[in-house]
Amino acid sequence: MAEHILLRHRDNKEISKLPTYRKGSGFSAFERAVTKLNPEEVTDIVFDSGLRGRGGAGFPTGLKWRFMDKNNWPHYVAVNADESEPGTFKDRELMESNPYQFLEGVMLCAYAVGCNDAYIYLRGEFWDLAHELDKHITKLHKEKLLGDQLFGTEYSLRIHTHLGAGAYICGEETAMLESLEGKLGQPRLRPPFPPSFGLFGKPTVVNNVETLANVPLILEKGAKWYRGFGTEKSPGTKIFSLSGNVMKPGNYELPLGTTFRELIFEHGGGLREGRSIKAIMPAGASSSLIVANDVALDTQMDYENVPNVGAMLGSASIIVIDDSVSMDWLINKTVHFFEHESCGKCTPCREGTYWMKNITERIHHGEAVWDDVLLLNDVATNIKGKCLCALGDFATEAVTSSIERFREDFETRVPQSRPKTEVKLSL
Amino acid sequence: MNHLRDQYGKEIEDVLARYPETQKRAAVMPLLYIAQREDGYVSTQDMDDIAELLAISTTDVASIVGFYTLYHDEQAGRYRIQVCNDLPCALRGADDFLDGLCDHLGVKPGETTPDGVVTVEAVMCLAACDKAPMFQVQSYDGIAYHEVQTVKSAVKLVDGWRKEKASG
Repeated sequence: MAEHILLRHRDNKEISKLPTYRKGSGFSAFERAVTKLNPEEVTDIVFDSGLRGRGGAGFPTGLKWRFMDKNNWPHYVAVNADESEPGTFKDRELMESNPYQFLEGVMLCAYAVGCNDAYIYLRGEFWDLAHELDKHITKLHKEKLLGDQLFGTEYSLRIHTHLGAGAYICGEETAMLESLEGKLGQPRLRPPFPPSFGLFGKPTVVNNVETLANVPLILEKGAKWYRGFGTEKSPGTKIFSLSGNVMKPGNYELPLGTTFRELIFEHGGGLREGRSIKAIMPAGASSSLIVANDVALDTQMDYENVPNVGAMLGSASIIVIDDSVSMDWLINKTVHFFEHESCGKCTPCREGTYWMKNITERIHHGEAVWDDVLLLNDVATNIKGKCLCALGDFATEAVTSSIERFREDFETRVPQSRPKTEVKLSL
Repeated sequence: MNHLRDQYGKEIEDVLARYPETQKRAAVMPLLYIAQREDGYVSTQDMDDIAELLAISTTDVASIVGFYTLYHDEQAGRYRIQVCNDLPCALRGADDFLDGLCDHLGVKPGETTPDGVVTVEAVMCLAACDKAPMFQVQSYDGIAYHEVQTVKSAVKLVDGWRKEKASG
């Protein structure tokens, strides 16, 4: 990309300093919003831009803001900076290197939904980052960009950081709100959704870091400008976190709709010499495994096209798998992760991930029979769709898709490659 | 007698000011970090103190300590080296790195070196998948990332801590 919209520190390193950020029209969108626009107008611009949530679900951001219950106050903004999906490392770079654009996004969101206290929930591991953000926030108070009666209006805003302490589940929005309230990070039954019943029982917008980092430039340059990037249904650019068996792993900001091939081979430098690409996980460890054939590689990475090859775009954490990797090893890794991170609230997930772990261990260590593969598939199918949040489903995606699409990996791992009983796999 | 209040009164007030007055419980996580600062774990006395400060039960506080992986209820090494060996890191050699480091230090994951300086742990994704092998170091008062590591660079870090300890 010629110029970045989000990773602007790649074009100008100094943007992480407040004077530099302000010189480049930083915080002018916030000042204009507070002094000249009413909150609904800000929301309308974001709605018109077509911005969709970058945390994984792709929900239209402006619509979420419109859902805030106007008969129940105060309103809160809770920023999801829990970034814990294996393969995702974009929010960290954004907050570290372009912090003021992110904070201005938080401020614009807060103004749009009438919030006076915004919370940024960071995973506990982002300890140093949280302390840096605290310093930035203090500077914004000194420059009167945060605090009481901003720009001589009645509007006041404070931002607080809040550190988690190591729990993947807190990236789920209602578990994050529970954690922020000082409780175990366990998901709530929905509905009610956060815009009607959120933090401390009050209407709350939960947005991902990257989502909000888009907002200042959308306000400054307009919805039409923003729609000049990406596709009709997925406007804008996206930070793709590229990892795994690729020469140049890292974050790449590209228009939504860029193909897997361009990301992996042009930007990511392809694979190691002598290796070929076997599979792609486009949404981190929660992802189904896509068979990396030409059709898949030429698929556009956006919310509407990735499902055509049997996966979701999610948070766009592209894990590249080469031909040296066997899928029984891979799912043993992902299942261990989800077993560890299951919060224990819903039985299918708590027990199911435990049993999947036992079975994948057996398969990986060559101690299984073919019936075990069928049993694993059966346990996975029985977790799916039966839990309060998506973690249960996520735990099964790699399992069922790899048994379906890379069956030979399991057949070579299991001593008796023929089924002991003729159970038909319904995949 | 509330040790935490006596020791960190002003800081605790600042933490409480971030949350609505009726929602003091929200401060439990920041207060646990304060409690852990002295010796790297949360004692039962700390839990009682926090419970009193927030008007919740000690059981509530203990459940939070048990649920989240960055809180500890027993002492370990002065530094916890927490190596990510999740899928993306493992694809870039994290398992070999962890094995090499453990071999060198003569411990298994989860164990502490006899001199009490280091505990090595295998942990879940740390959002640094492009910089593997990597680990974070959790010490009493913070967490720091160490990226693009080799066994050699990690051992050098440990040697530095040991020297520090020896020179008191």
